[in-house]
Amino acid sequence: MVRQLKTLEYTLSSLMRRKSKNLSLVVVYAFTIATLGSVLFLTHALKVEATSSLTEAPALTIQKISAGRHELIPTDHVATIEKLPGVKSVTPRVWGYYYDSLIKANLTLSGISSYREKLELLNGRLPLGPGECAIGKGVAQAFGPAIGDNLVLEDSGKETTTFKITGVFQAESNLLTNDLVVLQEATLRDFFSMDQSLATDLIVEIHNQREIKVLAKKIKYLLPDTRPITRDEIIHTYDSLFNWRSGMMLAVAIAALIAFCILAWDKATGISATEKQEIGILKAIGWETADVLSVKFWEGLVISLTSFILGTLAAWVHVFIFDAPGLIPLLKGWSVLFPKFQLTPAVDFYQLFVLAFLTIVPYLGCTIIPAWKTAVTDPEHVMRG
Amino acid sequence: MTRGVAYLAFILTLAILTASLMAAGAAKSVDVSEKQQLVKALGITDLSLFSEARYTRHPSQADLFAPFQDFPGALEHFPTGSMIPPNPIGFSSRIRIQQLPGN
Repeated sequence: MVRQLKTLEYTLSSLMRRKSKNLSLVVVYAFTIATLGSVLFLTHALKVEATSSLTEAPALTIQKISAGRHELIPTDHVATIEKLPGVKSVTPRVWGYYYDSLIKANLTLSGISSYREKLELLNGRLPLGPGECAIGKGVAQAFGPAIGDNLVLEDSGKETTTFKITGVFQAESNLLTNDLVVLQEATLRDFFSMDQSLATDLIVEIHNQREIKVLAKKIKYLLPDTRPITRDEIIHTYDSLFNWRSGMMLAVAIAALIAFCILAWDKATGISATEKQEIGILKAIGWETADVLSVKFWEGLVISLTSFILGTLAAWVHVFIFDAPGLIPLLKGWSVLFPKFQLTPAVDFYQLFVLAFLTIVPYLGCTIIPAWKTAVTDPEHVMRG
Repeated sequence: MTRGVAYLAFILTLAILTASLMAAGAAKSVDVSEKQQLVKALGITDLSLFSEARYTRHPSQADLFAPFQDFPGALEHFPTGSMIPPNPIGFSSRIRIQQLPGN
């Protein structure tokens, strides 16, 4: 123990001699870890957020597919699906999009029929009449209205329609309602000039949750032109979307890993003449190869462990305190209405362990191997260069 | 040995700080029932994260096999579109080839 502590003491003195070089190494190394860690933390937190909220998503959503694309579904299908044993309810849904060419924002217009309960995350109330609407926080911030103001939209016939704002969704629900405009279903049907016999899709609620897949297969069999989407599939979509091994997040992770490889490669391709001379002197004054390797092990550990902990801490602060300003532009793309959200800290310790293993171990190897090659060479030869 | 002990104390403090931040975050019980109520009431199927195109706004509802929605294999137009893996759900159609005798 005392021996190891003395080795550590010597290692720290040796590192302090090349203070600026080692400090910049720690900064670059910690930055790489922070980038990788931020990707892991952000994607995992978003995944947790999506999967926990969407457990109450519709058990089955039935779309009509025509020529390989989503089409309006005939409401006649409601009767066919309702007859299936196990089906609790079938509700036709009307929803769609509205593009504002001035600020280039896309709004999602959604119709509700008969929900009367008070929503905890809504200031005000849901629309009860034909000329009313509730809007998301993002819409309120982009256009500036408040409860009691009017929202004026142009319908499909280019006629202006006025809706009184009866509610604004709270910021806590931004990830779900940011671009939402909720109207009465009949109002939205008129607004989109949608025939009574058609709906955007159908929502099917089922008594026994274990029968969802079976009922999806039955619906597909009875109505071959439909596409049933189960709740599990919705959750799986977000599971794969925020998997750190997919999409643009992978590109960020790969860029950071390449930067780390360059760092490790620089270390592995050889040690400096000064370091070689130091090893030669240590060997000449009687140090064993094992002692030299022990010093190099501590050197690698001090740098990689310090960088790893600093990097992880920086990633946590970046994602959960500052809301990931470095990664949000990647998620935002060209979205005008992008939600401001505060993520609930959620860390996957398995991923963190993998990150530690993938960064600390190779760096240790890259520090010890060249030092070992020098340490086994004749000290005189090493010192002469 | 002062420097060694000081370093160990520093790294240990840093590790404890990081671990306690993570543990505090993990232990923070978040009430998702309000969000679930909202999802149930409005029939929400997707997060309102990427509102740039319909297939990025509702990735679980979109026909993702047609990026850019013009023709299969078209170059991706929207930045977030490249984040969404082409994993269309709810489709069960297959291509089958019937080889005729003599061919």
